[in-house]
Amino acid sequence: MSQKPVDVLVDPIVNNNPIALQILGICSALAVTTKMETSLVMALAVVSVTACSNLAVSAIRSYIPSSIRIIVQMTVIASLVIVVDQFLKAFLFDISKQLSVFVGLIITNCIVMGRAEGFAMKNSAGISFLDGIGNGLGYGFVLVVVAFFRELFGSGSLFGITLMELDRNGGWYAPNGLMLLPPSAFFIIGIMIWVIRLNKPEQIEEA
Amino acid sequence: MPAKDSVPGTILIAALLCVVCSLAVSAAAVALRPYQIANEVLDQQKNILDAAGLPTDEFGKPASELSKNEIDNLYTWVSEQMVDLDTGEENNEMDPTKFDLVESATDPTLSTEIVPDPYDPGEDRRPKTMKVYFVRKNGEGPIRQVVLPIYGKGLWGTLYGYLALKSDLETIQGITFYQHKETPGLGGEVDNPAWKAQWNGLKLYDENGEPAAQVFKGPAPDADPYSVDGLSGATITSRGVTALVQYWASEQGYGPFLKKLAEKMQQESAEADTASVSRPTNDLSAEAVRRAPLLTDAARNDTRSNETRLSDTLLTDTLPNDKLPTTSTMKVGA
Repeated sequence: MSQKPVDVLVDPIVNNNPIALQILGICSALAVTTKMETSLVMALAVVSVTACSNLAVSAIRSYIPSSIRIIVQMTVIASLVIVVDQFLKAFLFDISKQLSVFVGLIITNCIVMGRAEGFAMKNSAGISFLDGIGNGLGYGFVLVVVAFFRELFGSGSLFGITLMELDRNGGWYAPNGLMLLPPSAFFIIGIMIWVIRLNKPEQIEEA
Repeated sequence: MPAKDSVPGTILIAALLCVVCSLAVSAAAVALRPYQIANEVLDQQKNILDAAGLPTDEFGKPASELSKNEIDNLYTWVSEQMVDLDTGEENNEMDPTKFDLVESATDPTLSTEIVPDPYDPGEDRRPKTMKVYFVRKNGEGPIRQVVLPIYGKGLWGTLYGYLALKSDLETIQGITFYQHKETPGLGGEVDNPAWKAQWNGLKLYDENGEPAAQVFKGPAPDADPYSVDGLSGATITSRGVTALVQYWASEQGYGPFLKKLAEKMQQESAEADTASVSRPTNDLSAEAVRRAPLLTDAARNDTRSNETRLSDTLLTDTLPNDKLPTTSTMKVGA
């Protein structure tokens, strides 16, 4: 396997996006994307967990007994998630409250596990680290795009800054309540997948 | 070193991994603990202030949007007091700064069993003494609000929060929950500002003095001064909130304390009235309001404007007092 580092980093963002192509990690993508701020923090949390778990798993891959390799990966990931959660509670308390259980649920995010088992177990540490960042960014990219539309049309603001004055505050914009509910993320992700596949027909699955 | 895939090798690697991971986790937990505690204290203060409605009164925005400095300043208006729940007397022997709710509620020497009749908050024990908070403008003068810690079972765990009463000790100023495990989007909507705003002006007791404030199942009837909208998809959370509010308002909760406090405040205001020019009374004859079987919204607004300051209307502007749509159809970003 000889992939160029740049490809490993950039590919998962559009060409091989974990959410849009592999349809992984949808659950938290629905839950945390009502606001840009929470999505961005969630994206950063996932980037750091995927990158570090890939790095750690790859570094010890030649020592991991194959009979317990999934448990080993899980332990590494779980520890990293707890550390990230502690950091959020210490320095971004309000956001960590809003993310509530979803930080803890990064442990069960298929993207993290999938990259550890599918990539880091077979590749050297450096490139695995890049792969982790790339996949985290791919996830974060979708999150931020979804949050952009949900916050803009659901609350008339971005990062909490009002752009379209809401009618209930005396402005002109009647917010779309659906955008604040989880199903809207399904629609936006669906449209995203459609747009990506229009431009990259090779991603279309055979019927 | 044993071979990688042999049994001793597997056990060795597993053991090593566990040690390394637990070291990493505990190091992070210990190193970050002081920051987390500081955050939690600040968060408690924000919740107390929000329940009392001070941030919206004074700054026109919720405590979450205020800086730490502003919170610290505002919190100087709040004084803490330990209270014996059974007698309702103030307890000056205990240090309020050392009070820990969870610890007191579980320690058998500091707590009593909860009798789940007629109000069942779903918990086994409650502390004998609780910490309550008095809010006075600039920390002096007559009591503006009283903030009472409350807790009880929801669906997944205990909801911990604060209930603030206006100076008549019968009208609710606000409610907040600082810790709960309810499902985000369903029971978690107890954090929804629009829903919490409905509690403002609610009557805690009915005309017989029994706890009556409740979370209605479905949209609350328009002229009902005791009900807020139910949380859609969260029947058990809604019931839990009703039960815990009523329990803490009852004789087993803060009932005796509130009675004593009401007497004391009446005395004080009578003394103040005779001593100097009467301050604007907050009574609007609380009694009369309480006797009125069903308060119209207009009347409720009157009570509000009489008791709270003008700037409070900012909240009333954005969230009109007439009943909001149920929270499932109108969500405000939490």
